[in-house]
Amino acid sequence: MRVELTVNGEHRSAEVEPRLLLVHFLRERCGLRAANVGCDTTSCGACTVLLDGKSVKSCTVLTVQAAGQQVTTAEGLGEPGNLHPVQAAFQREHGLQCGFCTPGMVMATVGLLAENPNPTEEQVREGLEGNLCRCTGYHNIVRAVLAAAGSAGQAAPAAAEVSA
Amino acid sequence: MSILGTRVLRTEDPRFLTTGGVYTEDVVDERLAGACHVTFVRSPVAHAKISEIDVSAALAAPGVVAVITGADLADLPTIEPAMAGLINGKMRQRLLATDTVRHVGEAVAAVVTESAYQGEDAIELVQVDYDLLPAVVDMTAAAADEVVLHADAGTNTAADFGSPDSLKADLFDGCEVVVSQTIVNQRVAPAPMETRAAAAVWGDDGRLTAWVPNQGAQGTRGSLAKLLALEEAQIRVITPDVGGAFGAKFGADPEHAVVAWIARYLGRPARWTETRYENLISMTHGRAQRQQVTIGGSKDGTVQAYRLEVLQDAGAYPRIGAILPFLTILMTPGPYAFPRAEAIAKTVVTNTTPVGAYRGAGRPEATAAVERAIDLFAAAAGVDPAQVRRKNLLPTFTEPHQTAFGALYDSGDYVAALDKALAAAGYDELRTEQQRRRASGDVRQIGIGLASYVEITGAGDEAGAPNENASVEVHPDGTATILTGTSPHGQGHATAWAMIASDELGIPVEKITLKWGDTDLIPEGGGTGGSRSLQLGGAAVQQASKELLDVARQRAADQLEANPADLVFDVGRSAFAVAGDPDASVPLAALAEGERLLVRTVFAAAGATFPFGTHVAVAEVDTETGKVVLRRMVTVDDAGVVLNPLLAEGQRHGGIAQGAAQAFLEEVLYDADGNPLTTSFADYPILSATEMPSFELADMATPTSYNPLGAKGIGEAGTIGSTPAVQNAVIDAVAYLGVRHIDMPTTPRRVWQAIRDAAHDGSEHG
Ligand code: FES
Ligand code: FES
Repeated sequence: MRVELTVNGEHRSAEVEPRLLLVHFLRERCGLRAANVGCDTTSCGACTVLLDGKSVKSCTVLTVQAAGQQVTTAEGLGEPGNLHPVQAAFQREHGLQCGFCTPGMVMATVGLLAENPNPTEEQVREGLEGNLCRCTGYHNIVRAVLAAAGSAGQAAPAAAEVSA
Repeated sequence: MSILGTRVLRTEDPRFLTTGGVYTEDVVDERLAGACHVTFVRSPVAHAKISEIDVSAALAAPGVVAVITGADLADLPTIEPAMAGLINGKMRQRLLATDTVRHVGEAVAAVVTESAYQGEDAIELVQVDYDLLPAVVDMTAAAADEVVLHADAGTNTAADFGSPDSLKADLFDGCEVVVSQTIVNQRVAPAPMETRAAAAVWGDDGRLTAWVPNQGAQGTRGSLAKLLALEEAQIRVITPDVGGAFGAKFGADPEHAVVAWIARYLGRPARWTETRYENLISMTHGRAQRQQVTIGGSKDGTVQAYRLEVLQDAGAYPRIGAILPFLTILMTPGPYAFPRAEAIAKTVVTNTTPVGAYRGAGRPEATAAVERAIDLFAAAAGVDPAQVRRKNLLPTFTEPHQTAFGALYDSGDYVAALDKALAAAGYDELRTEQQRRRASGDVRQIGIGLASYVEITGAGDEAGAPNENASVEVHPDGTATILTGTSPHGQGHATAWAMIASDELGIPVEKITLKWGDTDLIPEGGGTGGSRSLQLGGAAVQQASKELLDVARQRAADQLEANPADLVFDVGRSAFAVAGDPDASVPLAALAEGERLLVRTVFAAAGATFPFGTHVAVAEVDTETGKVVLRRMVTVDDAGVVLNPLLAEGQRHGGIAQGAAQAFLEEVLYDADGNPLTTSFADYPILSATEMPSFELADMATPTSYNPLGAKGIGEAGTIGSTPAVQNAVIDAVAYLGVRHIDMPTTPRRVWQAIRDAAHDGSEHG
């Protein structure tokens, strides 16, 4: 099947198998390997990306379902020398160790802050319940999300920006 | 001012945060172009004879290149148990099962396809006929040897550590209070977020290049050499980024070797990534001990004697987990000055997934046992558990303390750690609050749990001898490169090792590159595990940097026509200058022009170090539903001098969370036939953000003299302290209802049941 979609601002047109998962399309066809696969049951969130600005688990979305939509991955959010405020907060607060959950965690955070720019700690923990991290004990991830929310409300506009 | 001890942000983060790490599945390399995919067919039954394997339908499926069974690998040696000297050497495994399967998830065939999706389809078409055998799931049943897993061995006992005959009948004579308890230290899944994977290719020179997520490329090379009957020199292991390991990614597993074998057999690169389902049934599990503790002493809370008997489940094939009781026994008395103590252990095989190392590996089990024992004793004696700990902890020592179990504790101040943790938690106020809730009959009761621990790091048991190598090279452009034998997978060595070199050489952290995990580049190394890295690998980087300055000093003296002794190294300018004549100077980088300025060194430690601390957990228990909410975790973790508090705290956080998760959430379960019941993250209750509080860390740093950094290991301490602290807190919350003990994980059902049973007992006896 032919599918047309926008990935990190770039228009893509591709012939895909109907069963091709979005995460595999991104990783294998677009060479965007930040999103990872960590489970078979939609439990871990390592594959989280934004679809029209909302965070989704890309292991549960068929590529054809994303047709006509805007996909944003961690690669599209910022660059090593120019981190998005959420990415910068994760570095500042040491919110990552092995990094495997990180791109998904960052995208889930962007999605969370777009919906609730000033979450409480409890809301952050609930908002990230579907994103598993085996390394950090979540402590510094929560700090990073709260810090990103507090950084002059930058996170919400930035999220709007990338989904535009 | 020295950079050491400061919160330097991780230089590796921007990459992880944007393009993401390059894990094994992400590796793009021209040598892997056109790679085929390997998918394993795994046993759906726990114990059976294989009567027939029919691969014809699978071979005919789209995209299938080959189907490999154990018969194809007949010329490869069988896999010896880890530490063959200690373990019954007849308990062997084949890379792919040939005649018998011994656990659900054991690999019986490998399907090779053009694409990964085709592999998933084709494994369904491999027909394996199994003649079922009775499964042995329970350790006690295994020890009875009614069904023997490995006929050659003639027994299910893989190892004995001491004999029941050695236990002293009079150990508890004279004790006013004696308590016994059976404690289950349940099986858990390491579950790193990155599952196992491999990529392999053979060169025209007959050498294998293998990309494997691991904890030490050199150890993985050694394992692959054994499994494939190759010389180590024939193998190059490359370590991509690794998405967590927690002890379970040391060495190589049978699947890694099969992927390498297939690449040679087909003359084409091969890749494999397991699913989470496979990971949960075939990556090694951790813990899996049943313990019997007995503790006795006087009514004032002084312990006189302690006994620990361990039954260890090795799973179907003895791996490193089979010998971990050795470490449990080593740490039997923990931080306490028990006048009399003894311990024995037995390891048995069962029809379950093999048991390996998991964060703490043998030591958490020792701490869990003794910390439960202390609380049981305190309850029976009617003395506050904090008071019992204070009474029995070893007093402060600065000269090494030799224990009766052969450990040499390097330095410790256990009472101070206890007092600091109690103060940070507000222990007295917590007890008052507990009294208030009890008096008011609140449905939600709080419990306060303590755990004082000492553990062993950098011992060399899991990861080679207590030494490590490092190379440091300064380049003419003012940058530097470090090669290390450690293997970071989240710990932040790229930043930490650069800090150490920067502190010596005056080269900024961001100009220092760390390399690891390529056995052609770094042929030796002990990897990262057993919390060894900083105290050995970091110390090696410091030593190499100092030795490099010695070499550079001689060169500078030649250039400046000065006596080497008259030169001073100005770290701020990264330059040598003649004392008293700062104009006569030469930058360090300039001394690398012409001849390479490179030093390789090996740091050898005087011995293992013994970090210690105290954890205080506050749990809220709903006495009607049994639901546990962990409210607070207050910890003192003394790992000597801290190099980078940001990284050290991260290690503590992760450890605390994993340990706490074992106490009240996580458990790998099997039914009576050996079918695993926790085969996905939907079934295995892996810790999520909602189940943890933010942690409260109090700092304490008692240096060790065993390395010039003064550092002890911090990677596992959090796990070791938090498990019993949380378990003790849950039990403490309901102790007033007559509950003495609840096994982990303290699920609502278990807690509710314990409350009910206690009420029942109470009414019977009352
Ligand atoms: S891979 Fe786990 S939720 Fe998508
Ligand atoms: S940083 Fe390793 S899983 Fe989150």
